[in-house]
Amino acid sequence: MRESIIMKIHYGTALGAVALVAVHILMRLSQKFSDSLQYQNVLANYHFLPYALMLEVILVLLSVHGFNGLRVILLELKQGATYERAINYGSIAAMAILIAYGSRTILMAGMGIS
Amino acid sequence: MAAITASREEKPEPTKQTPPPAPAVESAPKTITLRISRSNPSENSAAKFDEFQIPVQKWTTVLEAILHVKQNLDHSVAVRYSCRQASCGSCGMKINGRPRLACYTKVSELDSNVITVEPMSNFPIIRDLAVDFKQLFSTHKKMKPFIINEGSEVQPGAKEFIQTPNDLEKFLQFSYCIKCGLCNSACPTMATDKSFIGPQGLAQAYRYTADNRDEGKKGRLKIVDQSHGIWRCHFAGSCSNVCPKGVDPAMAIQLLRGYLLGFRK
Repeated sequence: MRESIIMKIHYGTALGAVALVAVHILMRLSQKFSDSLQYQNVLANYHFLPYALMLEVILVLLSVHGFNGLRVILLELKQGATYERAINYGSIAAMAILIAYGSRTILMAGMGIS
Repeated sequence: MAAITASREEKPEPTKQTPPPAPAVESAPKTITLRISRSNPSENSAAKFDEFQIPVQKWTTVLEAILHVKQNLDHSVAVRYSCRQASCGSCGMKINGRPRLACYTKVSELDSNVITVEPMSNFPIIRDLAVDFKQLFSTHKKMKPFIINEGSEVQPGAKEFIQTPNDLEKFLQFSYCIKCGLCNSACPTMATDKSFIGPQGLAQAYRYTADNRDEGKKGRLKIVDQSHGIWRCHFAGSCSNVCPKGVDPAMAIQLLRGYLLGFRK
């Protein structure tokens, strides 16, 4: 993939994440902050489908943005064809694993499986 | 009466009085300590500093101070220079920690009695103050630094390319680059990413891309749009800060990004 496309995704995910994380933080203000972190209230978030979907989108946006950022940092630290290939594929793999694990958590919590 | 005349002669009119000649301003040469980094990678010798006491006038440049060392104190100091008027871009070096042209930097403007000169960062050292420009020139060449246009105006019968002052203004500033390498030396990304194109190459890519006579935009954008290309610039702005010709490579990079992001056509 061309670097400009990757960077467009990078900037887009950053903007999307900022907007959605802002919504996520604002939702904490709908009640007392300490109450919002109580077990039942946290589970209630996952049972509310639109909110659970938003968490999933945040997870994807932050994973893509974060791991691409890490890839860029690592590419600037060291160069070499093998190293760069390892970093590129490693980042994609780490991103996929994190998204899969996070999605599993959201799904399990949403379905009431603990 | 005679006495009166005499007294008048003794006291000339103040308006005709010529001011006393000003004492000749003969600025005594000041002595500074010039610390020159000495190293020879081919002999694996560790870099060290040699110190020289140099007499300087207020107009003495750092290059002149170095040449004074070469002529009078130690002829083995390696330094590259040519035009002595900031046109050739040969004498770039770190002067008191900042990349500058030695011929364009007066000792007096540094406000220090100790001047330290070192080879530019981010370049392989040949010896002492001379660095290898191979990568800079090779990258510059990769950017296709020429007008690409099938309908060349030099062909018989062809019309000349029309270029308005506004068209010229888009790239004129960036065409002042003298390839001195100071921008690459100051670039923090180049310090870690040896494959990075660098501000010099990217600024030149923009210079020709923005030229309305040029038709090689697509090819150039493809060259800069790679993993060690334009996206690795973090916009620190150090390149523009040290450019002796006011080229502003940092701005060129942002403008070039505009083409890739679709903001510019």
